[in-house]
Amino acid sequence: MSFQIKEQPNLYDVIIVGSGAGGGMAAKILSEAGLSIAVVEAGGDFDPAKEEDRTQLRWPWESPRRGAGTRIRPFGDFDAAIGGWDIEGEPYTVAEGSSFDWFRSRMVGGRTNHWGRISLRFGPNDFKRGDIDGLGESWPIGYEDVKPYYDKVDKLIGVFGSKEGIYNEPDGLFLPPPKPRLHEMMLKRGTDKMNIPVIPSRLSILTKRINNERGVCFFCSQCNRACQIYADFSSGTCLIKPAQKNGKVDLYTYAMVRKVTTDSEGLATGVSFISKIDMKEHKLTAKVVVLGASACESARIMLNSKSSQHPNGLANGSGVVGHYLHDSTGTGRAAIMPALQNRDRYNEDGVGGMHVYTPWWLDNKKLNFARGYHIEYWGGMGMPSYGTGFGMDTMRQYIKDEFGNVGTNGGYGPGLKKDIRSYFGSMVGMSGRGESIPKYENFCEIDPNTFDKFGIPVLKFHYKWTEQEVNQAKHMHDTFEEILTKSGAILLGSKPGKDTQYGLQAPGRIIHEVGTIRMGNDPKKSALNSNCQAHECKNLFVVDGGSFVSQADKNPTWTIMALAWRTSEYIIKELSQKNI
Amino acid sequence: MDRRENLKLIMAGTLASSLVWTGCSTETKVVQAPVKAYIPPYARTDEELKILREIDEFTFFNEFELAKLNVLIDIIIPSDENSVGAKEAGVIDFLEFIMKDQPDNQTLMRGGLIWLDFTADEAFGKYFLEITSENQKQILDLIAYPDTAEPRFQNAVLFFNLLRNLTATGYFTSQAGLTYLGYRGNTPNVWNGVPQEVMEKHGVSLDSKYLEVYLKPEERDITAQWDDNGNLIT
Repeated sequence: MSFQIKEQPNLYDVIIVGSGAGGGMAAKILSEAGLSIAVVEAGGDFDPAKEEDRTQLRWPWESPRRGAGTRIRPFGDFDAAIGGWDIEGEPYTVAEGSSFDWFRSRMVGGRTNHWGRISLRFGPNDFKRGDIDGLGESWPIGYEDVKPYYDKVDKLIGVFGSKEGIYNEPDGLFLPPPKPRLHEMMLKRGTDKMNIPVIPSRLSILTKRINNERGVCFFCSQCNRACQIYADFSSGTCLIKPAQKNGKVDLYTYAMVRKVTTDSEGLATGVSFISKIDMKEHKLTAKVVVLGASACESARIMLNSKSSQHPNGLANGSGVVGHYLHDSTGTGRAAIMPALQNRDRYNEDGVGGMHVYTPWWLDNKKLNFARGYHIEYWGGMGMPSYGTGFGMDTMRQYIKDEFGNVGTNGGYGPGLKKDIRSYFGSMVGMSGRGESIPKYENFCEIDPNTFDKFGIPVLKFHYKWTEQEVNQAKHMHDTFEEILTKSGAILLGSKPGKDTQYGLQAPGRIIHEVGTIRMGNDPKKSALNSNCQAHECKNLFVVDGGSFVSQADKNPTWTIMALAWRTSEYIIKELSQKNI
Repeated sequence: MDRRENLKLIMAGTLASSLVWTGCSTETKVVQAPVKAYIPPYARTDEELKILREIDEFTFFNEFELAKLNVLIDIIIPSDENSVGAKEAGVIDFLEFIMKDQPDNQTLMRGGLIWLDFTADEAFGKYFLEITSENQKQILDLIAYPDTAEPRFQNAVLFFNLLRNLTATGYFTSQAGLTYLGYRGNTPNVWNGVPQEVMEKHGVSLDSKYLEVYLKPEERDITAQWDDNGNLIT
């Protein structure tokens, strides 16, 4: 990991806060226009091509904890993302009766080092939900405004998939998808009986070459460990590094932005940050400030940037900054597929993540919840890791020995050893990821009683699910049980009930939180215009999920990048016309 | 004072306080202490290295506990004609590390290991290690089958669930365990679907609709190009 601190450079054209999907895309596009740029990142540099940063292709025994998660890498010891739900010295608080878990990655590339590479376009309906169901607002833009940028992102980054012609699941410029794994075909037996579609997944992994800078996937299934040949998308490898090659990008790492500085007219003049290296405050100046720190972190910076011109926080005359915080819904179910016990062995790693998925397939007008969900499938003969072999105290009853007799829960000895071998690759499951309703009452604000180790006031979260999300989670579980049962699997555990909101995970857990700095045509009800430019500060822009009016039942990253590209082109135009 | 002296004192204290031991000896087999924790040479932050070094600074299991564990883990995952057992696969080192890395499990583990001794004492008048392997299994059978175990052994059942879980995971994530399991991945390759004979065995087949769409291994190095309608043409 390297770091650099540069004291008082020249005035930059643009300062970009954050190096994730939005900040990375802005850096790439703005640097290509010849602009001088400072990218300010709270974590360290990271490059999986460097041997010292490589966790890819390591064996479980190379980790003393055998890949178990830690506070710093909750998704496993080999996971590339550094940070987690609970970062030393960087707390957040949650209001009583609320819940919210906030996942952060402190490193170049941000949370793009973690995500599942699921890269779905929002469809025409996804921009107009308020008009369709009357709950909340519609976006001030539509699919036709974003489509050209989705096309550009597809070409630049690469995404595999299949053309399906489904109205609200727009096709893109796809690379060829991989063939399904065995459990995926077996689960399809269940979905076929229920007329639920299962189509090739759409992941930003290169199954085919797109340029000479990045390699082609070699099917280790370890995208979450970061790819040493850049065959999957992460912002660091695919956006920040190419941007740096354009020559006018300075990368400031270990730099925690405290506020956006403003002048007497209320315009942005730059940022003030605390260096984690020397624990001192530093300042940078620029003509334009672009926030891409993540929906909540960018809202925090704006709310902490109060001035006489912006008494309610920067560009927050509307009072919406921090509000309409919403995450995707999520819950899942596991099962054991007896037909897959004692299966033939072959290398089934494939790409990192599922090879097939189910897009939303029903009509919400006929259901007791307003918005849909997609289904992700899992299973297969993946690499053993911490947890492999657990649970024999409840699962041995389903595992048959060589004579076809099922075992007794628990035990020890030769039979246990054989049963675990037999069981390998027979676990299957699925997860739903759904759309929630953005609400003013779900929000983050500055907690006046708490600051972090940099002296920066922290966020306090207020978030409760509504009946819409709870009903949706119940529907997910009913569906999962039927799919699993009809595909010949034995359900594990019990179906979560109303007391647990049908297994609905806490807000924040799906790591799709957006909406805190939303766009709109009415400055009284939104913080940004449709170009992600602040209504009340014309040289301030937001390129992360903060601008989202509603988060579809899709993963947000592709839309973050398409919008960041669109906003970057707008910034270039406005700068060249001297409007900002 | 060395660890053996400590152990003697601890055991003597135990003798004096609560249990009436009959015919037992404080002599135990000396086993090799676990190797120092392995600190991976890659991709660790300063904070992670600090945690690893702190773990390395102390030893969790004493020699008496290690002696019991060496027996127990090979009872749980034994060797057979074609594969080694948990002990030879290095599971002890993993257990030592993971107890320190996940301290929430320490009390259950430690308490369970002592439970084995006083239960052996009450049943056979000796430490767990000093009874026959048949008698050891009689004690384990009290706690190894959660669905039928007597409620009064519930704590020890939870201990044995923990030990079974960690022993199994330590084994099946070791090099020997992976070989035994038959895992074939973690190596560069070209995925071209499930082998035909496996699909036939399970009665599944590829959807003909997608046969032309799926990735063709021989074309993956040709740079992608699309026509104006977004169709891949190379």
